[in-house]
Amino acid sequence: MLILILLLLPLITAIAIAVIPGISGQLSKNIGGGISLVNFLIFIYGLIQFQKGDTVLLDYSHVWLSNANINFSLSADGISQVLLGLVTFITMVVIHIAGSFDYKQSSLLYILILLTESALIGVFTATDIFLFYFFFEISLIPVYFLALKWGGENAPKITFRMFVYTIFGSLLMLSAIIFLYTKGQTASIQELAITGKALPKNVNILLFLAFIVAFGIKMPMFPFHTWQPDAYTESPTPATILLAALLSKMGVYGLLRIALPLAPIGWNQLGIYIVILAIFGLIYGSIIAIKQNNLKKILAYSSFAHMGLMAAGILTGNLSGTQGAVIQMLAHGINVAGLFYIVKIIQDRTGSRNLEGLGGLSQKAPVLTVLFMIVLLGSVALPLTNGFVGEFLLLKSVFDYNNTLGVIAGLTIIFGAVYMLRMMQKAMFGQLLPANENILDVNKSELMVLVPICLLVILFGMFPNLILNSTVEAAKAFTQLMSNI
Amino acid sequence: MSLILLIPLFPLIGFLINGLGFKNIPKSLVAPIGIGASLLSFVFAFIAYSEFKNTGEVIIVKAFDWITIGDLNIPFSFQIDQLSILMLFIVTGVGTLIHLYSAGYMSHDAGYGKFFAYLNLFLFSMLLLVMGSNYLIMFIGWEGVGLCSYLLIGFWNKNSDFGDAARKAFIMNRVGDLGFLIGIFLIITHFGSLEYTQVFEMAKQYPVGSGIITAITLFLFVGAMGKSAQIPLFTWLPDAMAGPTPVSALIHAATMVTSGIYMIVRSNVLYTLSPVTLNVVAWIGVATALVAATIALFQNDIKKVLAFSTVSQLGYMFIGLGMMAYTSGFFHVITHAFFKALLFLGAGSVIHAMSDEQDITKMGGLWSKIKITAVTFLIGTIAISGIPPFAGFFSKDEILAHTFAHNKAIWVLAMLGSFITAFYMFRLFFVTFTGKFRGTQEQEHHVHESPLSMTIPLMVLAGFSIVGGFIGMPEIFHQPHFLENFLAPIYEGSESVLPGFGNLGISHETEWSLMGLSVVLALVASVFAYVVFVKNATIPKDSSELSGVKKILADKYYIDDLYLKIFSNGTSKLSKGLYNSFETKFLSPLVNSTGTLINFAGKQLTRIQNGTTGYYLFAMGISIAFILVFFLGLDVLSFFKNILGGFSK
Repeated sequence: MLILILLLLPLITAIAIAVIPGISGQLSKNIGGGISLVNFLIFIYGLIQFQKGDTVLLDYSHVWLSNANINFSLSADGISQVLLGLVTFITMVVIHIAGSFDYKQSSLLYILILLTESALIGVFTATDIFLFYFFFEISLIPVYFLALKWGGENAPKITFRMFVYTIFGSLLMLSAIIFLYTKGQTASIQELAITGKALPKNVNILLFLAFIVAFGIKMPMFPFHTWQPDAYTESPTPATILLAALLSKMGVYGLLRIALPLAPIGWNQLGIYIVILAIFGLIYGSIIAIKQNNLKKILAYSSFAHMGLMAAGILTGNLSGTQGAVIQMLAHGINVAGLFYIVKIIQDRTGSRNLEGLGGLSQKAPVLTVLFMIVLLGSVALPLTNGFVGEFLLLKSVFDYNNTLGVIAGLTIIFGAVYMLRMMQKAMFGQLLPANENILDVNKSELMVLVPICLLVILFGMFPNLILNSTVEAAKAFTQLMSNI
Repeated sequence: MSLILLIPLFPLIGFLINGLGFKNIPKSLVAPIGIGASLLSFVFAFIAYSEFKNTGEVIIVKAFDWITIGDLNIPFSFQIDQLSILMLFIVTGVGTLIHLYSAGYMSHDAGYGKFFAYLNLFLFSMLLLVMGSNYLIMFIGWEGVGLCSYLLIGFWNKNSDFGDAARKAFIMNRVGDLGFLIGIFLIITHFGSLEYTQVFEMAKQYPVGSGIITAITLFLFVGAMGKSAQIPLFTWLPDAMAGPTPVSALIHAATMVTSGIYMIVRSNVLYTLSPVTLNVVAWIGVATALVAATIALFQNDIKKVLAFSTVSQLGYMFIGLGMMAYTSGFFHVITHAFFKALLFLGAGSVIHAMSDEQDITKMGGLWSKIKITAVTFLIGTIAISGIPPFAGFFSKDEILAHTFAHNKAIWVLAMLGSFITAFYMFRLFFVTFTGKFRGTQEQEHHVHESPLSMTIPLMVLAGFSIVGGFIGMPEIFHQPHFLENFLAPIYEGSESVLPGFGNLGISHETEWSLMGLSVVLALVASVFAYVVFVKNATIPKDSSELSGVKKILADKYYIDDLYLKIFSNGTSKLSKGLYNSFETKFLSPLVNSTGTLINFAGKQLTRIQNGTTGYYLFAMGISIAFILVFFLGLDVLSFFKNILGGFSK
C-alpha cells in the first residue's frame, strides 16, 4: 500500500497545484519541495519496515483488466528499492535546484518535476508489462516540456530529436511486448519470462533486438546516443539531472527486468555482440570527452561512457555484473547530479561553462573546489568513494565474461582520470581570469545539496555492503533465471 | 576495538580536522595536530609490535565486511606481521620527521593547513597500503597515495606546469593501477579470495612456472612499475619534483615509491613460483637503474638529480627482488628511506637557504655557510654511493652479491650503474657545496642555516644513514643478520615451493672480492668527481650547450617527448578526430536522416498531409509495429479482442 502512496503523492500534488487557482511559482516550489521530502521519508520508512521483514508495504496489486489478465501491480524488491531511493532523493535535489537559480518561476516547473517522479516510481516498481510500458513512455513527456520551455535557444529542435528518437525505440518495444503478451496470455513480467524462454530462437532474437534498441536509446548506448550530448547540454540543469541521473537508469533497468529475462535465448545468441558494442561505447565516449570544452558536454559523454559499462555488466548475466550495475546506477545518479549542479553553480558565477572562460576558481571558491573534487573522485572511481565499488564489480564481471574485453573496458579508469582531471585543472586551477575576480564561493543553500551528496559519495564507498546485501536476493533471482536457459 | 585500528585512524582524524577546519583553525594548532597524528601512529606501531611479539603469530584485525559479492567476501581488515611492522616503522617514523620538517619549511606558505591535511591523508593511505590484509585494501592505499601524490605535486596549482606534472603522475599511475586491478581479478578467479593468508596457502599447490601465476605476477608488476617508477612508467617521478620538497622526501623517495617493492615482498611466494616474471623484474630493474643513473649525470636541478637517483635506486631494489633476494631488496628500501629522505630534506634546506634556487650551477661554496646541512648531505652522499660502513653499502652490496650469483650480465650492468651513481652524487655534492659562490649578491646575503625544526630531522636521518646498515650485516662478518632472521617467517611459502630459494651460494672469498671491488669502484668514482669538479672546478653546462651523447642524456633520452607525441598528442588527435569527423559528421547525420527518411516514406505512402508531426510519429510507430508483427506471424486480432473485452466488462 505504501508503494501506492509513493506513486500517487507526487501525482496528486501535481494535479492539485495545476487545478487550484492562484498558486504562485514560489508557493508551488515550497509545496513541491515539501512533498518530495515527505515522499523520501515515506520511502525510508518503507525501507526500514522492509528490512524488518514486512514486505507487504512495498507491494500493491489491483486487477485492472481482468479479461485481458492485465493488472495494476507494483512491487519493490531490493533492486527496485535502490532505484526508489535514488528517485526520491534526486527529486528533492532537482526541486531545490529549480527554485534556486534564475529559472522563470511558474508552478508548471514543479508540476512537471513531480509528474516525472511519479512516472519513474511506476517504472521502477511495475510488475505488469503494460504498466511498465505506460510509465516508461509517460516519464519522458514532463521532461520534454521542461527542456522545451526552460532550455536554450536550440531546445525545440534538440528536444524534438530526443523525443522522436525515444518514441521510435518505444514502439519497437511495444511491438515486442504485444507479441509476447499474445503468446503468453499474461502481462505479468515474471510469467512472461517463461513464455519468452519457450519461444523459438529466431523470434527470441528479434524480440531481444527490439528491446535492446528501445533501452539502448534510453540509456543511451552506442550507436543510439547521438541525441544525448546535445539534449544534456541544451536542457536546463533540472531537466539535465532528471535525464542523466534518473531517466537513463530506465534503460539499464529495462535490460535487467525485461530484455534479458523475456528474450533469454536472444540474449544467449547475441549478448556478446551487445557487450562489445557497450564496451566500444564506453571507450568511444571516454575518448571523445577528453577534448570537449563545454563542461556539460564533458559530463554528457562521461555519462554515456558510464552507461555503457553498466549495460555491459547486466549483459554478462553474472552476479558481480548485476550487483555492480545496480550499485553503479545509484552512484552514477548521485554523482552526475552533483556534477551537473556544480557546473550550473560555476556557470551562474562566471557566466561561462566553457573551459576557455574558466580557470583558477579555486582561489576564490575553495569550498566549492573541495566539494567538486570529492564528487569528481567518486566519478573517477577512487577506492572508498561510491564510484569504485560499482566500477570494480562491473570490470570484474566483464573480465570474467571475456578477459580481452575486460582489459579493454579497464582502459576507462585511465581515460576517466584524463578527462575529469583536465576539467578540474582547467576550471578550478591555474590562473584566474580578471573577469572572475569577484566570484563567490558556495552559499548555504548550495551546501544543503552538495554536502549530502559528498557524504553519500563517501558513505557508499565505505559501506557498499549496505546496498550489496539488500540487493543480493533480487540479483541472484535474476542471474539464476539467466543461467537456466 | 583493537588498538591496531587506531594506527591508520589517527592520521585520518588529523586530516579531517585540518581539512574541514582549514579556515577556522589557528595556524599555531595546525602543525601540532598534523605532527601529533603522525607521532601517535608511530607510538601505536610500537604497541602493535609488542602485541605481535607476545605470540609471534600473525594478527589479523577485521573492522567490518567491506564488499561481499556471492561467495567472495572482502573484509576491511588489517594484518600485522613482520613485514607490515617494518613498513609501519618506516612510514610513521620517517613520516613524523618529515611532518616536523614541514612545520618549518612550509611556515610561510598560505596553504599551511591544507598541506598538513594532505600529508595526514597520505599517511592514512600509506598505512592502509602496508597494513591491509588483502589485495583490495592494498589497492585502496595504492590509489589513495596516488591521489595524495597528485594533490601534493599540484599543491601550488596556480602554476599550470605543476598542474600538468600532477596530472601526469596520476594518469601514469593509473596505467599501472589497471595492471594491478587485472592482477586482482585473476587472483579472484583462481583463488576465490584476496586475503593474503588464504591466497598464499593455496599458491603452494601450484608448480613452479605455472602460467596463471606468471600472468598474475606480471600484471601486479605492471602496478609496481607505475607506483615505483620503473621503465616504461618512470617519467612522472622526476616531474613530481614540482611539489614542495618535504613531499618529494616523504612520498617520492622514502615511502610511496617503495610500494611496488613492498607488494612483491608481500607476494613473494607468487613471484618465487614464476621464474619468467622474476627475470622480467630483474631486467626492468637494471634497465631502469642504468637509464636513470645516466640521465642523472647531466641534470643541474638539485631535486631532479635526486629524483633520477631515486628511480635508479628503485631499479636496484627490483634487481634484488628479481634474484629472489627479497630481504636484500627490502633492506635497500629501509636504508634508502633514510639516506634519500635525508638528501631530499637536505636539498630542501639548500633551496631554502638559496632563496628558492634549485640550479646547482648557481650555487657553490655553501659548505661553510650552512654547515649542518652540508655535513648531513655529505653523509647521505656517502651512504648512497655505497661506501662502508654507511647504510647504503650493506644493502646494495647484498643485492649485488645475489646478482653475481645468479646473472653475470645483470651484475656487470649493475656495477656500472653503481659507479655512475657514486660519480653523479659526488658531482652534486661538490658543485653545490665547494668552490666559489655563483649566485646573486642578494642570495648570498640571505644564505642562512635552516631552523631547528628542519635540522633536527636532518641530523636524525643522518644518524640512521650511518648506522642503519647494521641491521643486515653480511654473513662473513659473523654478525647475526637481524633483518634476515626477523623476516624469515614471511618467506614460509617461498621456502615450501622452492626450498633454499634465496641462498647466496657463493664462497666467502668471492664475497670478499665482490665487496672490495664495489668499494673500490665507489671510491674511484668519488675521486674522479673530486678531480673534475673541485680540482678543475668544472661547472656543469646546460643541456642547450651540450652536444652528442651528453645532450641526449641531459634531455633524458627524449623519452618524455616521445610519450608526449605518441600518447598525449595521439589521444588528443583521436579524440578530436572521432568527434569532428565520425560523431558529428557521420553518425549523427546518419541517424537523423534515417528518421527523416521514415517520415518522408510515411508521408508519401499514407498521402495524409495534415501537417502534425504527432500524426507522422504515430503512423511511423504503427507501421513499425505491424512490420514486426507481420514478421513474427502474430495473431493481432486476439490481442485487440482481449483488450476490448477487458474494457467492455
